[in-house]
Amino acid sequence: MWAMIVKEFRQLRRDRRTLAMMIVMPVVLLIVFGYAASFDVTTIPTVAAGPQASQAAHLLGTPFEVVDVQPSQNRAWAEEQLRDGHAAVAVVTGNGPPEVLIDGSQLFTAKAAIASLSAAQAKAAASGAAASGGQGSAAAPKVTVLYNPGLNTSDIMIPGLAGVVLVFVGTIITSLGVVRERQSGTLEQLAVMPLKPRDVFLGKIVPYFAVATLDLAIVVGVGVTLFGVPFRGSLAVFALGALLFLFVTLGIGILISSVSENQGQAIQLSFMVTLPQVLLSGLIFPLSSIAAGVRWISYLLPLTYFNEISRGVMLRAEPLTSLWQPFLFLALLGAVVFTLASLRFRAYLAPAAPRGGAGSPHSAPSPASAASAAGAAAPGSAG
Amino acid sequence: MTAPGAGHGAGDWWGTEDVSVRFGATLALDHVWFRAEPGQVSAVVGGDGAGRTTLLRCLAGALAPTSGRVRRPARLATGYMSAGSGTYPDLSVAENLAFRATAYRIPPETARQRGAELLARAGLDKVTGRLAGHLSGGMRQKLGVITAMLHRPDLLVLDEPTTGVDPVSRADLWLLIARAAADGAAVVLATSYLDEAERAQHVLVLDAGSELASGTADQIVAAMRGTLTVTGTRPAGEAGRRAWRREGRWRVWDPGPAPGAGDGGAVRPDLQDAVTVAALARELARADAERESR
Repeated sequence: MWAMIVKEFRQLRRDRRTLAMMIVMPVVLLIVFGYAASFDVTTIPTVAAGPQASQAAHLLGTPFEVVDVQPSQNRAWAEEQLRDGHAAVAVVTGNGPPEVLIDGSQLFTAKAAIASLSAAQAKAAASGAAASGGQGSAAAPKVTVLYNPGLNTSDIMIPGLAGVVLVFVGTIITSLGVVRERQSGTLEQLAVMPLKPRDVFLGKIVPYFAVATLDLAIVVGVGVTLFGVPFRGSLAVFALGALLFLFVTLGIGILISSVSENQGQAIQLSFMVTLPQVLLSGLIFPLSSIAAGVRWISYLLPLTYFNEISRGVMLRAEPLTSLWQPFLFLALLGAVVFTLASLRFRAYLAPAAPRGGAGSPHSAPSPASAASAAGAAAPGSAG
Repeated sequence: MTAPGAGHGAGDWWGTEDVSVRFGATLALDHVWFRAEPGQVSAVVGGDGAGRTTLLRCLAGALAPTSGRVRRPARLATGYMSAGSGTYPDLSVAENLAFRATAYRIPPETARQRGAELLARAGLDKVTGRLAGHLSGGMRQKLGVITAMLHRPDLLVLDEPTTGVDPVSRADLWLLIARAAADGAAVVLATSYLDEAERAQHVLVLDAGSELASGTADQIVAAMRGTLTVTGTRPAGEAGRRAWRREGRWRVWDPGPAPGAGDGGAVRPDLQDAVTVAALARELARADAERESR
């Protein structure tokens, strides 16, 4: 048994990446779950519209944080604010009791808003009864939940899940497909074949791209038909977002495989990249609940932006014009990742020495060197 | 720079001119000159770590030399089988061939005909549907050679095509190799078997990255200095340093012209003897030089 233990530790010491994973992973999980894993909503961005907007804003206590007050605006404006993600709650005042609009696509924020509102109402009712009369009853607002009126979990999970599926196919499966060439010893064959690195690169990506697109269609199709998730926005905007997002995840997959020696390492690295995306992208825990010290990581993760796009388009029918930010960041991430991936891939196909120069094909000999080479049949130099 | 060598047309041969390859602190190839003629088989032999694979990778274009020149045809006209067959284990025999045919832009009909012919010649025509990973070692090597020569390359580079292969498959492999040469390719193969190297028209012997001997097998044997004798026991003393076991007996090399150290008769050396002697001579010279420098 001792022999096995010693051997195992020696192997483990050689595999630095596994060792790092064993030490880094618990720390990462601790940080993520310690700071990020929270369903508690402490602030709810709120806007107020209509003639009594200022008074209404004044009445709202914590957790509502009033970000905009527009007495000259109406319900349509308020709805737009929710659709475009500027606020989670909007108070519309006018004739009669005020109306509170809540964005149901932000599930936990919406639930917190409803809970706070009913608590405030109960309090107001109690104080109103104590003051006997007054305007307490008149202030009882009408609550309308938009985009996800039933507050269904599946409605917000399935658009996000579509992104997770793309991460799995794009990053994990792609990273395996490329590193396999190295392990089976066929990489060197590819390097000498009359194929351009670009052809090999694209040839590697296109099949996974096709499979991921099919997967996406299945997830969205099943979500809409089986779980009744609405698809309110433009299919074209959604497709464009998915396309950009796929480029980023496939690029990450290629990047991982080009820095991995074997499939085991590729899997480990893929998980290191995938797990934070699932936990920190706002898919499960609301972004606003993640501690600011950790939240910046969220903004480096492509899934964060795809979540914004897919929920925005599917649930709130957000147009491209209001989604320009996530689109821009996805495009930037894509450009960075793809450039790195294709550079690494080129190096990967020419593993040992720089190309060109002395190794250029079809180099013609000088007369002197050809003459020397012709004399190669002379007896060997044994001394 | 473009003038061909005296007596040779441009592009008549492929090979290396004064090529060195350095991997970090290791000098894998040390000023190696090598030429492979069209229609001929050239063998690169040497022990483990002699630099055979490095030389072949340079010739195939998988590795750029640190210094020197490589003469090789365009990628489309080069065929290369890396050590370990270079086939996809999760593709069938036919699929492996189809991938090569497309990558090398062979017209489908030509690829089908030539593939069928080569498979039949190698005895693989009954297993075209089998995954390459499920083939025996010898069959996989044959598939590797076929895929490398499918597009009729001008230069065919094969890294140890016959290592670990049974004698029958070896014979099949040599049929394929001879076929490629007859088609006009310059064939370069690495091998550990000197009896196999004797079948090649040109042999380059590498030792620790540099040339130990080169020429035809006969030329290498003829160039051997000294005499070779066979004895039943290892000679004592100084002569023991120049003795090695072969086929159950001891061979003793004497650098001098007259027979001496052994008690048996002098033997006619073959390629294996000549290569061993060359390596021995180099080793002794190195040891002597070290002793003098101390």
